[in-house]
Amino acid sequence: MFDHTVSELAALLRDRKASSVELAAVFLERIERLGGGLNAFITVDAEKALASARAADARLARGEATPLTGIPIAHKDLFCAKGWRTTCGSRMLADWISPYDAHVVEQFDRAGAVLVGKTNMDEFAMGSSNESSFFGPARNPWDPSRVPGGSSGGSAAAVAARLVPAATGTDTGGSIRQPASLTGTSGIRPTYGAVSRYGMVAFASSLDQGGAFGKSAEDLALMLNVMAGFDERDSTSVERPKEDYARDLARPLAGLRVGLPKQYFTADLAPDVAACVMAGAEELERQGATLVEVSLPNQALAVPVYYVIAPAEASSNLSRFDGARYGHRAAAYADLGDMYRKSRAEGFGAEVRRRILVGTYVLSHGYYDAYYLQAQKVRRLIARDFAEAFASCDVIAGPAAPTVAFPIGEKTSDPVQMYLEDLYTISVNLAGLPGLSVPCGFGQGGLPVGLQLIGNYFDEARMLNVAHRYQQATDWHRRSPPGYGS
Amino acid sequence: MSGAAGMGWEIVIGLETHAQLSTASKIFSGASTAFGAAPNTQACAVDIALPGVLPVLNRGAVERAIRFGLAVGARIAARSVFARKNYFYPDLPKGYQISQYELPVVSGGFLDIVVEGLEKRVNLTRAHLEEDAGKSLHEDFHGMSGIDLNRAGTPLLEIVTEPEMRSAKEAVAYAKALHSLVRWIGICDGNMQEGSFRCDANVSVRPAGSTTLGTRCEIKNLNSFRFLEKAIEYEARRQVELIGDGGTVRQETRLWDPQKGETRSMRSKEDAHDYRYFPDPDLLPLAIAPEWIESVRATMPELPAAMRARFVADYGLAPVDATTLTASKALATYFEEAVRHAGGEPRACANWVLGELSALLNRLEAEADASPVGPAALAGLVKRVLDGTVSGKAAKEVFEAMAAGEGDADAIIAARGLTQISDAGAIEAIVDQVLAANAKLADDWRAGKEKALNALVGQVMKASQGKANPAQAGEILRKKLG
Amino acid sequence: MLSLDDVRRIAELARIEVPEEGVAALQHDLNGIFDLIEQMRAVDTTGVEPMAHAIDLTQRLREDRVTETDQHELFQSAAPRVEDGLYLVPKVIE
Repeated sequence: MFDHTVSELAALLRDRKASSVELAAVFLERIERLGGGLNAFITVDAEKALASARAADARLARGEATPLTGIPIAHKDLFCAKGWRTTCGSRMLADWISPYDAHVVEQFDRAGAVLVGKTNMDEFAMGSSNESSFFGPARNPWDPSRVPGGSSGGSAAAVAARLVPAATGTDTGGSIRQPASLTGTSGIRPTYGAVSRYGMVAFASSLDQGGAFGKSAEDLALMLNVMAGFDERDSTSVERPKEDYARDLARPLAGLRVGLPKQYFTADLAPDVAACVMAGAEELERQGATLVEVSLPNQALAVPVYYVIAPAEASSNLSRFDGARYGHRAAAYADLGDMYRKSRAEGFGAEVRRRILVGTYVLSHGYYDAYYLQAQKVRRLIARDFAEAFASCDVIAGPAAPTVAFPIGEKTSDPVQMYLEDLYTISVNLAGLPGLSVPCGFGQGGLPVGLQLIGNYFDEARMLNVAHRYQQATDWHRRSPPGYGS
Repeated sequence: MSGAAGMGWEIVIGLETHAQLSTASKIFSGASTAFGAAPNTQACAVDIALPGVLPVLNRGAVERAIRFGLAVGARIAARSVFARKNYFYPDLPKGYQISQYELPVVSGGFLDIVVEGLEKRVNLTRAHLEEDAGKSLHEDFHGMSGIDLNRAGTPLLEIVTEPEMRSAKEAVAYAKALHSLVRWIGICDGNMQEGSFRCDANVSVRPAGSTTLGTRCEIKNLNSFRFLEKAIEYEARRQVELIGDGGTVRQETRLWDPQKGETRSMRSKEDAHDYRYFPDPDLLPLAIAPEWIESVRATMPELPAAMRARFVADYGLAPVDATTLTASKALATYFEEAVRHAGGEPRACANWVLGELSALLNRLEAEADASPVGPAALAGLVKRVLDGTVSGKAAKEVFEAMAAGEGDADAIIAARGLTQISDAGAIEAIVDQVLAANAKLADDWRAGKEKALNALVGQVMKASQGKANPAQAGEILRKKLG
Repeated sequence: MLSLDDVRRIAELARIEVPEEGVAALQHDLNGIFDLIEQMRAVDTTGVEPMAHAIDLTQRLREDRVTETDQHELFQSAAPRVEDGLYLVPKVIE
């Protein structure tokens, strides 16, 4: 049962072949037995999970179920959930119990999903390996000596190891797509503004977007159907009619134009990854799609621009963590300034501190124009590149990460090497576009590789259609890591 | 101040005023803005900056900014931007204040003021929307400060002038005119004790005739017009003396200490600030369509300047009286209501409003709209004075009785028997008695002593217990003596 | 490239304590990041409108209504120090 997709589990529940309490028990048992070695969860609450499973069963019995009713899920630990510890992977919030629910959390509650736990993550979502977590790195179930990617590494590892059928994540520079690629899971980051950021602890407000992990594109559509939608509490939430992201799943691919950016297929891309990605593109072609070369001339600037904009916004977003009203306060301090400096130095890890300092510098007097304003302008150029590319294609295909999962500790000593992990994902965030990653084969060491699809604004249904058709013809997404499958 | 100017120095003043906008809820959250609640009971998740919360802009705050822009003839930006001003302070929960920096909602505009009878135009630089901070309470909590965030997120309009004022008196006149205007157009309650209207003054001095600006100091915590005046005078004197002693003025933020009557440097603001302004990524650009501006314009009241001009042109009032009558909307409305009820007679009404009524309001520390004597009641009395029913002197007694709640003018006149005797026959009878009893005074008048007539009129008034019409009594006396 | 003083200055602006013996290592890390950023600075962006948001929309407005209730006890249950409904912090000096 643990190897089933959300839609398969939903059918079991609907047909009374299983109860929600049974499902919860199955996954809680797996978390208990297998989870420890992966460190995928920061918090698991069996009692709460079973209580909501019982409520879901009652709802199923009343015939008021949604497709997610009774399905166990996990939230990345930066979605505030009332009564749950919400740590953001940080010492700063290690003991903080959220007094309120994020919009996303509310939506899953309303749908009747069963929250079993909060997943591990890079501290405040800053990282590409989950190694910056205060709670220690999450591990990749395909090889526990390797990273699951990040920042949503815990969610990716949990779904890959079949500890939950689906989980939420957030993607500021690739934090869903890159770990999806590294763990052989499916992961989607929707268009900026599709999912409310209310209650999602901010890293970089103009880039952050909530999304989901699952075992199939179809599950991602079901997750988005719950998560996405207008929320008046987020000024950047886009007011548009609620849509069914599963509506086009079965649509044939004939006539589809798939753009392959020439800047994605260079020496920066590992050959094993390139081979899998190209094979994935060819499968789309086999189904009637046309492959066209497109150009993203400013692609090489995406990482540099991101490392101005994201730290700038983060430096300001994280100023609220000052030890005054919640979160870590240093045990001893001389005065107010000392309390701030010590609480923040102790509460934040090295990577968060570095990014706050980079952000502080690029916004500071005399540097704003040269760094921040310039980055905003180049950001516009990067967004224009995509607009031009979409004039000649419907979706863009490419890698989600330059390599397969790398060993824990390999890149921690050099921040810049870590930043280059997001080479193929970051420009999507800068432009505000939707992107997803689906498994497309195995590279070196038998480690999974993801195929990234990038869509035009609010074209998630079309992207999910392409991904679903691809998964109808392949079984990469059904492979489970050795020791975690059936 | 006059001392500083007298020594050949010119004072240059610009004011930054924070007017708290009279919305029910905060600028970026749905928490109440009501004053005086128990600490932190009106500080919601957004106001205390819990992780994950987001701001959403209050339409009421924007509408009030538009009203202000229209009232001062300013440009209202079709597109303006909210920015973050970053600094650490315990009353600033997010570690940044949401304000407007490069693109404010209102720019330009002006306010005309009258100082010692002379009109002066003060140009405005800009007015922008921002959120207020909370409060640090410095009573001793075991050597710590207490933070109340009820005020955090209260909408403010920061109104900035050009450095065009040249004396503390001008600054006060501007502040008063602005204070009157924001209440007039209903965007701010103007309560200075509660901090709803706060001024910061930028003060510098320069040798008279110089065209370059001196180094300025910003004085904070000026929560009354008197403090504003005293602080500017003190600060200008301090700067002139400092320069006179060979020193230089350091650009800094200073705090007015009302106990000591001096300004002092604010230690907390000492380190050079680098606010790292940048556009708030949580808030999109504010767009104001021309249609919105027009619909707000349609709800604007007649403004004090227009009303003042109309009082002079249509009612024939002296400009100084028209200015006083339009100092507050309540007073102006009262006056116009009184004129309406009196069926005209603006000058008589103006005299009463500026005289007895204003004295009464001062005594009660009340606004005209809370006057115990309403405009209709006052008009009733004015009519009785004009038709000769009561004398001016008796009318004052009637007014006091009205203020004490004894009823309307007619009832009081009747109850107290204050009707003036205007019947010629009745007055003649009294005059005859008076002349018979005061032959000496009659002789004096005939001998050319004009004052004797006044004494005789006095006797008539005395004999009539003050009810005789004095003008009529005088006429009859002349006729009889002549 | 950032000097040691730059590092100290921004650490103070960001209110993050950096022990004096850690400043040089931090400078090295930050300059590595600024090396990466550097290539962006050379791009000709004349006439390009800065992009502050991922979406080209304008601000939605909330009606002026009080929608929040008092939850200070719940909120303050997470506070390091509270007394009489106030958050306590080291003395604020004006």
